[in-house]
Amino acid sequence: MTEAPLPSLPPDSQLKRDMPLVPPDSIAGRALIVVIAIMTFLACLTAGGAILIGEASEGWRDDVSRDVTIQVKPRPGEDVDALVATAADVASKAPGVADVHPYSKAESEKLLAPWLGEGFDLGQLPVPRLLIVHMQSAHRDDLKPLRDALAAGAPTASLDDHRLWLSRLDTMANAVVVFAAALFALMIVAMATAIGFATRGAMAGAREIIEVLHFVGAADSYVAREFQGHFLRLGLKGAAIGGAAATLFFALSALISSWSTRSAGGEEISSLFGAFRLGAFGYFAIVFICLAIAALTGFLSRQIVFRQLRGLL
Amino acid sequence: MLRFENVGLRYGIGPEVVRDLNFDIAPQSFQFLTGPSGAGKTTMLKLMLFSLLPTRGTIRIFGEDAASLDKDAITALRRRIGVVFQDFRLLDHLTTYENVALPLRVMGRNEGGYRAEVVELLRWVGLGDRMNALPPVLSGGEKQRAAIARALIVRPELLLADEPTGNVDPSLARRLLRLFVELHKSGTAVVIATHDLTLMDQFGYARRLVVGDGQLRIFEGDSP
Repeated sequence: MTEAPLPSLPPDSQLKRDMPLVPPDSIAGRALIVVIAIMTFLACLTAGGAILIGEASEGWRDDVSRDVTIQVKPRPGEDVDALVATAADVASKAPGVADVHPYSKAESEKLLAPWLGEGFDLGQLPVPRLLIVHMQSAHRDDLKPLRDALAAGAPTASLDDHRLWLSRLDTMANAVVVFAAALFALMIVAMATAIGFATRGAMAGAREIIEVLHFVGAADSYVAREFQGHFLRLGLKGAAIGGAAATLFFALSALISSWSTRSAGGEEISSLFGAFRLGAFGYFAIVFICLAIAALTGFLSRQIVFRQLRGLL
Repeated sequence: MLRFENVGLRYGIGPEVVRDLNFDIAPQSFQFLTGPSGAGKTTMLKLMLFSLLPTRGTIRIFGEDAASLDKDAITALRRRIGVVFQDFRLLDHLTTYENVALPLRVMGRNEGGYRAEVVELLRWVGLGDRMNALPPVLSGGEKQRAAIARALIVRPELLLADEPTGNVDPSLARRLLRLFVELHKSGTAVVIATHDLTLMDQFGYARRLVVGDGQLRIFEGDSP
C-alpha cells in the first residue's frame, strides 16, 4: 500500500472537505432558530416592558412627591385673594420650596366647571383656593419648615402633602413593577423550557453522528465542543433575529409615542406609561438576553451530548 | 493483543447471551468470527470494541484490563482499533473523502497533513473518482469500501469488521476481502464476523471462531 507511487492530489478547489461535523442546515435546526427568535422577542418585550414600567413609576412618584397643595379657606369679611397672596409669599420664602403656583379665581372656576357649570361666581361659595407648591426634593422631612412658616405667617392656610394618596400610588406602582418582574421571570422559565425541548428535538437526529464520532475515536470533549459550537451559532442567529425585532419594536414605539404626545390625551398616556423610550439600560438588557439565550442553547446541547455519550460507554 | 478470560454477558436478569468465552487475538493474526444469525457475533464484536462491558470475566486489551480503564483511556485504545459496521454508518452530510478522513480529523490532525494519505487510500479501494460524492448517492459496494477505508485510514493494530461483505455480490466480496488480507499482511490483526461459509473456505488458513448457543469453539486454520 505504501510502496505505490504517491498519486497526484486533486487541487484544493476540487476537493470538498470543509463540511462541519454537525450538519449546518437542517429542518430541525431551522425550527430551533424560529423558536429561539420568537422566545427572545417575547423575553425582550417583557424585560423592556418591565423596565419601562419601572422607570415610569419612578417618574410618577418623583413628580407627585415633590408637589404639595396649600388650601386657603375663605373667611367671612376677609379678602380671599389677599389671603392667597400672603400664603404664596410665605410659602415661596420657606426653605426647600422651588416654585409656588397659586390658582387664580379664573383657574379655580375652570377647575370646578365640570361640576358646577360654566359662568358661576366662585365668590358666592365658600370654596377653598389652592396653591401648588413644587418642592426642591421629594423628601417628606423638607415640609416641616414650610408647615411652620405657614402656621406663623398664614394661619388660614393648611398644607396637604397627599400622604394617603401617595402611599396608595406607591403601593400600586410597586405592585405594577413586581408584576412586570414576575412576568419576566415566568417568561424566562417558559423560554428556557421551550428552548430546552427544541434543542433536544434538534439533537434527536444527531444521535447517529454522536455514535459514529465516538466509535472512530473522538474524545467526549471533542464531540461536545462540535455540538456546542453548532448550537451556539444557531442560538446566536435566532437570538439576533428576536433581539433585532424587539429593538425595532421599541424604537417604533418611541417614535409613535412621541407623535401621540402631541395628540389629544397623549400627554396623559405619556405621563402614566412613560414615553415608551427605552434607555441605554433597556437596550443593554436586550443584548444581554440575546447572549444569555445563545449561551443557554449551547450549554443545553453540550449537556445532551454528554448524556448520550455516557450511555455509549 | 486482546484476551477474553471466562467472559459472560447477560442483559438485565435474562440468561447469558454469551458465556465462558476464552480466547486470544494475537497480533497480526487473521480470523473469522462466525455462527448462525443471532448467535452472538455482533455482541462479541461489541465486547471487543468496549461498546458493551462483560457481566463476568475479564477482557484484556493491549495488556490492560478493560474494566479498569477510564473513558479517556478507552478513547485512546479505540484509536488503535478500526471498525467496519454492518450498516456502514457513514455520515450522510460528509463527502466520501471527509468520511474516510474522519478518524484523523477527530484526532485533531491538520487536513493538509493527511490529505495525501486519504486520497491514496480512496484510490486504492477504487473510490478515487467518488471522493466528493455523498453517501446517499453511493452504491452498496461503494459505501462498503468507504466504510472499510475509514477503518483502515488510522492503520489500526486491530480491525473488527461486522459482515463487511454482507451487502455485495460474491465477486465484490472477494475483492473486499482481499483488502483485509493486504491489511493483515501489513501487520494488522483482523477479525471478520461473517456467516458466509463459501467466503471463509477461500481463506482456509484463517482461524475460525464459531459462536453457537452462546459458547465459542475455535478451529485453527490450515498453514498458508
